[in-house]
Amino acid sequence: MSAPATGRRVRRARRPRGAWLGWLFALPAVVMYATFVLRPLLLTVQYSLYDWNGIGASTWVGLDNYRRLFTDSELFASILHAFELILFFSLIPVLLGLFVAATIRGIAQSRLATVARTVLFLPQVIPLVAAGIMWSWLLSTTGLANELLSAVGLDSVTRAWLGDFDTALAAVGIIGAWVLVGLCTLLLLAGMSKIDPALYEAARLDGAGPVREFFSITLPSLRQEIGVCVTVTVIAALASFDIVYIATQGGPGNSTMVPGLEIYYLAFSEREVGMASALAVALVFLVLAVVLPLQRLTRDAR
Amino acid sequence: MIVNRRETWLGRVLLVLLMVVTVVPFLSLFVTALHPAGTYPSGLSWPESPQWGNFADAFRAADMGTLLLSSGLIVLGVVPISLLLGTMAGFAFGHLRVPGHRIGFVIFLLGLTLPFEGIITPLYYQIRDMGLLNTRWAIILPLIGLFMPFSVVWMRAHFVTMPDDLSEAARIDGAGTWQLFWRVHVPLAMPALSSLAILLFLWTWNQFLLAIVLVDDPAKRTMAGALGAFQGQWGTDIPLLCAGALLILVPTLAVFLIFQRRFVAALLQGSIKG
Repeated sequence: MSAPATGRRVRRARRPRGAWLGWLFALPAVVMYATFVLRPLLLTVQYSLYDWNGIGASTWVGLDNYRRLFTDSELFASILHAFELILFFSLIPVLLGLFVAATIRGIAQSRLATVARTVLFLPQVIPLVAAGIMWSWLLSTTGLANELLSAVGLDSVTRAWLGDFDTALAAVGIIGAWVLVGLCTLLLLAGMSKIDPALYEAARLDGAGPVREFFSITLPSLRQEIGVCVTVTVIAALASFDIVYIATQGGPGNSTMVPGLEIYYLAFSEREVGMASALAVALVFLVLAVVLPLQRLTRDAR
Repeated sequence: MIVNRRETWLGRVLLVLLMVVTVVPFLSLFVTALHPAGTYPSGLSWPESPQWGNFADAFRAADMGTLLLSSGLIVLGVVPISLLLGTMAGFAFGHLRVPGHRIGFVIFLLGLTLPFEGIITPLYYQIRDMGLLNTRWAIILPLIGLFMPFSVVWMRAHFVTMPDDLSEAARIDGAGTWQLFWRVHVPLAMPALSSLAILLFLWTWNQFLLAIVLVDDPAKRTMAGALGAFQGQWGTDIPLLCAGALLILVPTLAVFLIFQRRFVAALLQGSIKG
């Protein structure tokens, strides 16, 4: 084999003829993504500038729909509710997950922990709809929650948790927390297994207690995992739909109305397609506005 | 490792407590499903005479056989195509590094955070205009598109770790790009592919929003969508509803328990990459 021929072949291997042809591999994915995601996304933006009932002619209204988003108390409340749900969907699972993971670190390899890994995952595997049905029953007037409260002498606080204006949103939040706490715990535990045990040994020898240990070793080492937990759970909170649809349908009144459900009602029962689209655009931006800074935080830590 | 005994015990107690909280709703569902139809049983009480027949009734009332078939067909439509398209694009962006691959990748990356509600309204009209409303395609095609960001990001993450030498060797042996992909890289990508397959199966099976918006007939929906309809129809008969919900849980739980190890790994990795 002559030298020039080899040279040509090597060059061909590095930069195959017509590198652009490689796009043929990406093309089918791009087509599906563009047709069923990007196109509807752009249309959402377009619809949001019109007043349209989905059937007749549409009228250009400019940014009116967006203005209504901030002035209509019902619509704005749905966005606030989504943020309130973050407390339950993100804060509780992450804090509880951190606490549990830190406490069971010592027994992470035991048989109990292996069983726990399976059990804690169950809520992640089932449809959210099923979680909603289970919990609607648990939180109902004759459900287990009230029975337990009566058993400890708290009859006075028993109520239909999902039907009460004061507690419905929190009750929905608890369902979300139940779904997400296992995932967070296991993610954080997996992160902890990557921390060098020597760090803990050193801390113990220096006389650090479990609390010091947690704040000076565990917490800083888990920045990335915490970032992931927060990102996943915040998206779940802001874009919640299934659980609310099944458990309360936004009620009582509008006390558990969230943007996802409001979009569904506006578009498909009230036939206010423009308004639904404006809320949808707002929701997409809201998620990006919360999630993108979080990504930066966790990337820097690496 | 120096861990004192008190902490170990506290850890065990906590873990058991968390497991109990996780499992109790399932138990409550199960126990309630065994009560006589139409009653309002309280809490976790075991019925005097367990009504095992409730499961059969729910199976018939929900037309479970049709539902299983329908969900199965939808999964069969979504998962293999998503895997193939996602792998090909991941290969182009992660391994071939086609010109402009960075921009292409970022466009998919941004799609990862997109809530489905964000596009559901125009999607309805688009599907209607395509004449696909109330068919399984109305769920299959959009889901493939919606799963593309995750599939591409996931498979790209695999392909960037594959050494270039491997492809050079194959090319010197005369392999074209397609052969390189199909004969060399796809077999090597099997672990990443199977984890992705599990996740996509789960997300398709449990998909609710698309099912209730785009398909009116519960018999053509996903399991989760059908459960929504079942609740609307039998919502007042608590034991029957619980039995139906349990039946709908069984397939995912079964798949989960069979592929447990891979499942947990896939979901943990999945949320990290997502």
